[in-house]
Amino acid sequence: MSRKNIPALADLIEADRQVEHHAPWRRAVVAPKTWNLAVEQLAAGRWSLLGLWGEPDKVHMALLDEAQTIGVISLDCRGGRYPSVGQHHPPALRLERAAADLFGLAPQGLPDTRRWLDHGQWGISHPLAARPGGPAAASSYRFLAAEGESLHQIPVGPVHAGIIEPGHFRFTAGGETVVRLEERLGYVHKGIEGLMQGASIDRAAKLAGRTSGDSTVAYSLAFARAVEAALGITPPGRAIWLRALMAELERLANHLGDIGAICNDAAFAIMHAHCGVLRERVLRAADAAFGHRLMRDRIVPGGTASDLDEAGTSAIRSLVAEIRRRFPHLVELYDNTASLQDRTVATGRLKGELARQYAAGGYVGRASGRDFDARRMPGYAPYDELAFDVPVLQEGDVNARVWIRVREVEQSLSLAEQILGRLPAGPTLVDLAAPEGPREGMALVEGFRGDILAWLRIGEDGLIERCHLRDPSWFQWPLLEAAIEGNIVADFPLCNKSFNCSYSGHDL
Amino acid sequence: MRKLLFESLIRPPLTERAPQASDAAVDELARALDGMARRKLGRSLSIRAVDAGSCNGCELEMHALNNAFYDIERFGFRFVASPRHADVLMVTGPVTKNMREALKRTFEATPNPKWVVALGDCAKDGGCFAGSYAVVGGVSDVVPVDLHIPGCPPPPIDILKGLIALLDGANGKAPTAKV
Repeated sequence: MSRKNIPALADLIEADRQVEHHAPWRRAVVAPKTWNLAVEQLAAGRWSLLGLWGEPDKVHMALLDEAQTIGVISLDCRGGRYPSVGQHHPPALRLERAAADLFGLAPQGLPDTRRWLDHGQWGISHPLAARPGGPAAASSYRFLAAEGESLHQIPVGPVHAGIIEPGHFRFTAGGETVVRLEERLGYVHKGIEGLMQGASIDRAAKLAGRTSGDSTVAYSLAFARAVEAALGITPPGRAIWLRALMAELERLANHLGDIGAICNDAAFAIMHAHCGVLRERVLRAADAAFGHRLMRDRIVPGGTASDLDEAGTSAIRSLVAEIRRRFPHLVELYDNTASLQDRTVATGRLKGELARQYAAGGYVGRASGRDFDARRMPGYAPYDELAFDVPVLQEGDVNARVWIRVREVEQSLSLAEQILGRLPAGPTLVDLAAPEGPREGMALVEGFRGDILAWLRIGEDGLIERCHLRDPSWFQWPLLEAAIEGNIVADFPLCNKSFNCSYSGHDL
Repeated sequence: MRKLLFESLIRPPLTERAPQASDAAVDELARALDGMARRKLGRSLSIRAVDAGSCNGCELEMHALNNAFYDIERFGFRFVASPRHADVLMVTGPVTKNMREALKRTFEATPNPKWVVALGDCAKDGGCFAGSYAVVGGVSDVVPVDLHIPGCPPPPIDILKGLIALLDGANGKAPTAKV
């Protein structure tokens, strides 16, 4: 142990029952005492929670410690119970509620026992438990109270006014000012993890790529990397570089679209129109290069399903040139329009402490001082051979989140160029060998929204036994509730769009 | 900003550039749609998007219809904020059990005559999510569907083609929707 009383994650895992064949990071089945010791580190702000998920009678927690070590600890839940993490470390609250709904695991001491994904509509309860229960009674959801003189509530959703995913927002406002926002999600829960159980790797890869449509490349990559880690496979060099190219195109498309959409929510439509044109150009280049506008199902375990030819290469090169020519004018326009700045500066401020506590990934974390990018740490090929900056700001307002995205557009353009310049030749796909026994794999991949965690176990028969996908939104949605407090109701769309959390990725 | 606005004035509109095959197809569709939309609906068809469980891929392509390349509003097609303003419900996703009631209520809130378009592979029969404990199935399992547009997700051009088909189909035929 490095310092007295402050354990390192590696020591905890070393001291307990280590699981064989878990790659690339280690996993250990720990005693309740060790579990609680880890929870103490989370509560003290020394470690970060990367994920928490269930299995029948087991609960797992992925952690990142101060020494930047990643590991998984697991606890056997006798009688379906385990000591709640959320009671000491709030970022685990919704993850524990979800695991309770799906597996019937009861976190002891959990302060919020309302159902989260289960709205009482499935016809069964605890669908992924060893023995699912009868239908949960549909009951009305008790929203948290806000008390005070002249407060009123505004219910919004699940069907929203724009072309957006469904979810419910319950605002309590005093006049125009938001006193409390409470989110209720789970409307688009499709049971993806249930569908994956017993699925072939090919089918599970398709499901992973449909977890969140705007991050289909990142999800396919996270899933493929987890499969490859489990099976001990390295995809061909060309595939690794093509995957990064697709990931940067996806990041570009989303950032460009969202920068415009944020401005549109401040009623500044010209940015929206111009950014929309650039986004469309990215999608068309992606279509020309990889045969699909969103590049869906192009990344598969073992490599990539499509190669890049000369026409595709030149489509991407002219795309990069076009964005380089147009985008700086738009950035200048954003920066020099006082009426727009008036809306975005100091609006929806997220404090740095909260971003760190929740281990918020992506632009949400980086705009509030959390310097984390999975491409750099833990890092994965080919980013170790590429030059790029990870922009970080401290202000934490809508404006800072816009600027992080602006800077990331510039970085992605440079990355795309570097990749095209150094793309190795050769095949793009290797066959997957059947495992000799159960194998577990894990991956952390930087999507446009933040780090996506994929964890899975492949059985002897080569089928998926269990797969968990953790969207970055799990640790961003709760922060939106904090960021909107004290802002006016009319600024909610602006704040919401600057977070742009995923509903489908979260609801799964 | 003035410079940008001025440039927009003197630059040719993106929608009329036709060097690529896809751009030519947009123009062709634009002409076809324009005539039909005007004839049947007096240049106005209001569309209400309902995500009943989609992964959000279809929504992205619906958004794209509003960009300068497709500019769907020039045909009188408009995405509206409430089902009470809508002629068409464009429904995406496998319908999740948690969204079934909301979809029904949205349908009921839409005034007659109304059409329902099921958008994307999942909207047909649940797609790759069919059979899940959390999924009802396709859109037609919950509300009557007039047209299905396939794709995962359908590109904007296919959505435009689908809307033409809807207008074609509506020729002399009442919409399915009855409450």
